[in-house]
Amino acid sequence: MFRSVAALGATWTAAHWPAVVAAAEHARKVAVSPESQKWEFFTPAEAKEVEAVASCVIPSDGTPGAREAGVVYFIDRALVTFSVDDQKTYRQGLPGIQKRLKELFPDATTFSSATAQQQEAVLQSLDEAGAKNPPHRPRANFLPGSAAQPLFEVLRAHAIAGFLVDPDSDRRGNRGGVGWAVIGRDPGHSFQPPFSAIDKDYPGWQPVSSGKDANAK
Amino acid sequence: MTNAVRPEQTKYKTTDIVDFVIVGSGAAGGVLAKELSSNGFSVVVLEQGPYLHESDFSHDEVKVLQEDLLTNHPKLQPTTVRKTPKDKARLQRAFVYGRAVGGTSNHFTANFWRFHEIDFKERSKIGAVPGSTLVDWPISYADLEKYYTKVEWEVGVSGLAGASPFDPPRSKPYPMPPLPVKANGIIFERAARKLGWNPFPAPMAILSQPRAGRSACVNCGFCLGFGCEVKAKSSSLVSMIPLAEKSGKCEIRPNSYVHKIAIDERGRASGAVYFDEKKNVCLQKAKGIILSCNGAETPRLLLLSASNKFPDGLANSSGYVGKNLMFNSSAVSVGVFEEQTNDYKGYAVSRILHDFYELDAQKVGFYGGGGLDARFDMTPIGFGFGGLPPGSPRWGKDFKAALAHNWTRTFEIYGHGTSLPVQDNGFDLDPDVQDAWRLPALRMTYKDHPDDLKLAHWLAERSHELLAAAGAKQKWTFPIDEQQFSVHLLGTCRMGDDPQTSVVNSDHQAHDVKNLFICDGSSLVTSGRGQPTMTIMALAFRAADRIALLAKRGDLSA
Repeated sequence: MFRSVAALGATWTAAHWPAVVAAAEHARKVAVSPESQKWEFFTPAEAKEVEAVASCVIPSDGTPGAREAGVVYFIDRALVTFSVDDQKTYRQGLPGIQKRLKELFPDATTFSSATAQQQEAVLQSLDEAGAKNPPHRPRANFLPGSAAQPLFEVLRAHAIAGFLVDPDSDRRGNRGGVGWAVIGRDPGHSFQPPFSAIDKDYPGWQPVSSGKDANAK
Repeated sequence: MTNAVRPEQTKYKTTDIVDFVIVGSGAAGGVLAKELSSNGFSVVVLEQGPYLHESDFSHDEVKVLQEDLLTNHPKLQPTTVRKTPKDKARLQRAFVYGRAVGGTSNHFTANFWRFHEIDFKERSKIGAVPGSTLVDWPISYADLEKYYTKVEWEVGVSGLAGASPFDPPRSKPYPMPPLPVKANGIIFERAARKLGWNPFPAPMAILSQPRAGRSACVNCGFCLGFGCEVKAKSSSLVSMIPLAEKSGKCEIRPNSYVHKIAIDERGRASGAVYFDEKKNVCLQKAKGIILSCNGAETPRLLLLSASNKFPDGLANSSGYVGKNLMFNSSAVSVGVFEEQTNDYKGYAVSRILHDFYELDAQKVGFYGGGGLDARFDMTPIGFGFGGLPPGSPRWGKDFKAALAHNWTRTFEIYGHGTSLPVQDNGFDLDPDVQDAWRLPALRMTYKDHPDDLKLAHWLAERSHELLAAAGAKQKWTFPIDEQQFSVHLLGTCRMGDDPQTSVVNSDHQAHDVKNLFICDGSSLVTSGRGQPTMTIMALAFRAADRIALLAKRGDLSA
């Protein structure tokens, strides 16, 4: 259960783990409420496949992932609101994922019921942009939003957005703030200094000519 | 949306001949509206966007950034982009600007340092630069100094006077101390001093103390791209527009998309033609018209206003309308640190340095100059898309672990500098593409002057030295490519004494039309070293003085 937590650093885990657990439990409660079960675009079968792919993008590996954050609900609403142009990409792209699964693993039935290794292999074969993409500076129109993009690329972006969107918004993503808890973002919207151990002991700005060495540790 | 007009507000009829129509309510339009209405003139401000308030603002990145809550809409207002006049332009988003009352000042980062003396007279000092139309301003830093001071005191800027050895002279200290320092500022300051540079507290148009009925900054961390819910960020919306309305002489009319300046038989501007919210065509009559749309929409409006009298576009006898577009060159380097900095808390920039403001072209091999600052201006989704080092996993458990580790340990060194004016860079009307009102769309032509790109690389090298001195565990620079997108839209109706090579004179009066004024980013003659908004506001305060003087003397109706 804790297999990926080592990568997060012991300090982070100690400080955030209780909050992460509490948030995850809250998210689960929200996730099973009847209101959240209504699909605005997907068929139940499509939703199941989309959730499985999103869960590979941000897995539930000891801390909450796309599943606990309700990312599939975020995507479902996105496709009838700001990402309405991507409806076709999903509707026509999901059978493509199924097809690739069958090509690689003839015995498998659906992506959502495939093994973790099979799922990873399928997505790796679909990840055309690859792992060596140069970073792009985030800018205003940040979602793919164009039908020209392959489904995996759009779904990956939607999963990230659905995991990290402001949990107080009506987007149905980042349920209970679990995404923010995972990255270590305090759920608040107003903060007072000190913001970190670094600024806690800062003596204040001094002109160089005063002879005081502000560099001294 | 709280678009409802409050009942006590001043209203004018379109048939009333008001003293001034101001097109645009942003950094310049807001200041002009406040100054002129407080001076007794009747003013109608026509703003194409809605009238939003703090309660409409949000931290929902999808709503604000993806759905353009505060900004121009690429679907309604498409743009096309090409590199040179020989190329065919492609449909592509060229820029982001504020499209709401308050304009771009609603969502800016709020870096507010003054231009230096050199910015106004660089051509005289360094001579001609090949491939550039670089010229001096018709005004000097000394002409603007008292207006910079007005911006600091009336709009609200936090800072520490005298902290930078390179700062130009000033008549008054800042009205408020700097905002609380951030970890990235401290790391930046210590590393810069190791290298012998002179970091100082960044002047910001964000209140560090409550002032004029506005709250001090609460450090929510949603500055760039977002509106401020507590009125701490010194936008036109919260600093100037309320005073304009309070004067009883100013009507802010939102959802009014001006697409033509009406001209009378004498060749004077007689009113502004606009679409209201329901796309009805209206005409607001006025004795004087002031364009403060921004460096893209102002030249577009002039070109859309072509007529028999002005076949090449209004106020365009020089052919300079839309030309000489400048962006500010920039380089963004990123560092990941071992210790948590938590820079998502608070405003973006707390330390900056200007040691490289005037580089010696003989030594570095290119013309230009700039500065560095430490900032964190990413919000969670944006970070998820583009905040990790190159080569990081893009999905799966290692991707998630990297997000979790880096979000609280990452910040940027932002190199900001000059853009040289180039004649062919600019805006005109696209011959093929139209907006949702069936008006010709903007076409942008832009290719960086080679020196701008050299400067960006040079600043990135300094940023890497700084990140190394700071002990960053990982560091990289976003690719420095030719720019095809910007938020700084400068120089496209430049001011100057010579009607052959400029659009407005030093009073912001169009050379060709006595009662037409232009004041916004398009007025700038040089780009400065980044962060133009404070200078745009200072120009607007000065323009208001000049315009009021001319109007009282009767020069506009003569």
